[in-house]
Amino acid sequence: MIELRNLSKSFITPDGAVDALKHVNLTIRDGDIYGIIGMSGAGKSTLVRCINMLERPTEGTVLLNGQDLGVLSDKELRDVRRKVTMIFQGFNLLMQRTCLKNVMLPLRFSGTPKEEAEQRALELLKTVGLPDKANMYPAQLSGGQQQRVAIARALATSPEVLLCDEATSALDPKTTHQILELIRTINRDTGITVIVITHQMSVVQEICGRVAILENGTVVEEGDVTRVFSNPQAQATRNLVYPEMAQGSLQPAPGGQQVRLSFNGASAASEPLIARMAMECGIAASVHTASIRSVGEHVYGYMLLEIPGGPDELAKAVNYLKAMKDVSVRVEVSYGDTGGDGQ
Amino acid sequence: MNQFANAFTGEKLQEAWEIFLRDFPFALWETVYVTVLATFFAIVIGLPLGMLLVAGDEHGVRPMPRLLMRAINVIINLLRSVPFLILIVMVIPLTRLIVGTSVGTTASVVPLVVAAFPFVARLVEGSLRGVNPNIIETAQSMGAKPGQILFHVMLPESVPALISNFTLAITTIMGYTAMSGAIGGGGLGKIAIMIGYNRYKYAVLYLAVIVLVILVQVFQTVGSRLAAMSDKRLKR
Repeated sequence: MIELRNLSKSFITPDGAVDALKHVNLTIRDGDIYGIIGMSGAGKSTLVRCINMLERPTEGTVLLNGQDLGVLSDKELRDVRRKVTMIFQGFNLLMQRTCLKNVMLPLRFSGTPKEEAEQRALELLKTVGLPDKANMYPAQLSGGQQQRVAIARALATSPEVLLCDEATSALDPKTTHQILELIRTINRDTGITVIVITHQMSVVQEICGRVAILENGTVVEEGDVTRVFSNPQAQATRNLVYPEMAQGSLQPAPGGQQVRLSFNGASAASEPLIARMAMECGIAASVHTASIRSVGEHVYGYMLLEIPGGPDELAKAVNYLKAMKDVSVRVEVSYGDTGGDGQ
Repeated sequence: MNQFANAFTGEKLQEAWEIFLRDFPFALWETVYVTVLATFFAIVIGLPLGMLLVAGDEHGVRPMPRLLMRAINVIINLLRSVPFLILIVMVIPLTRLIVGTSVGTTASVVPLVVAAFPFVARLVEGSLRGVNPNIIETAQSMGAKPGQILFHVMLPESVPALISNFTLAITTIMGYTAMSGAIGGGGLGKIAIMIGYNRYKYAVLYLAVIVLVILVQVFQTVGSRLAAMSDKRLKR
């Protein structure tokens, strides 16, 4: 289990101190695939580097199975890093060494005899699906293949935790899918805890069980992926889940009255809501934006409706919609000149 | 000018050709011998020094006391800024201590090494700093010790750059050997000055220069070829 307790990290720059992380608290259970998502600059990379102490936190503690990593000596920390390994966006393979030598590297660092390390490296290359690339150089491989070698290398010391720092961000969607599939398989087969740092919703949706949303160095939301994505609470989460809405249509038009619906479950998504409301209430709502996504078996989405008429129609529409199964309603009204969104 | 033109009459050329056949083979050997020996020792001293400069840096894999690093940097800069001809004279006591004499071909290796090792150290420093910092971080994330990062990651990753830079070093040092002719060091430089210039045999001077140019070309071509061959990034 990994516990981050009140974790803060500041960097001193020529322009003054920058708080990359502010009082982060997270608990990551063994065997989970845990997503940490945020825009660039949110502090994701700093956070993941605090977990293996590549960055020393300014404040707070990192506990690995109850052990405070901040008090360890350099030597003890090196041992921890064999149990908490990492893969990167840029793969970071040694370009002048063969794939086999790359995978053997962490084992050579830990003093494993050469023959044994070679044996293990060959096995791992098989695990990641590249048994025939042992004697090739990274430059001869595609990006996806290079990341596979990096994964094999990260697994060499039989770690308990695998940190993935934007590991698929440099890959095309198909290759991303294959790499995530590989990570999921390894997680299932070995029980390794995986922490996935990403700015891509799709990555979290595809493999993560739990997710934390990071914004400006703070965890603004945390929980099961289905729960967080179907009913995002924090603004940052909504921006991630519905990037279309972040781009302008979020604000109701002056003088208009808008209703935001969140679907949470298949029944709402398959229901002809707007048509039924028009027929049963006589309210002809117009759809401003709408989006439906599915996470695993779960369907969720949102819809931004413009309700014509005055407050009476609005109240009627809201009551009608609230009665629907799996729908939550949020009203946003703008009265012309104020331009803000009321509740 | 008349004198200069006179240096290329048939008679003079004939004489130059005789000198070429008689003296050049040994002078060529001396130049190569001094160059290779001086480069070898310059690398023996410069390589670890360059590694120290990178590793011991404030942000290096094994930071050293800042005062020590500053002192090393100052010494390197000082040695680099003394003109070679003056350095030759300045290190005479050291040359005597090591070789037993301060004149002759072997003796000229000492000032060459003293002049070249700070240069090599800087070249090594540049090569190692060219290693992708992400790869160094990756090695740290694997639990590598500073020494392991230096020897298993930074050095192997910078081999092509090191070969290129050592090629630069060997050609530069060869240029210096010509100057060591001034203190009795042998080689093509000595022939060019002593016979070609001092005795107005300009044809000899030019022949010596041509041979030196060819020699530099050979070293440079071999070095570039080796660097390219060693670089596994280029093969597809």
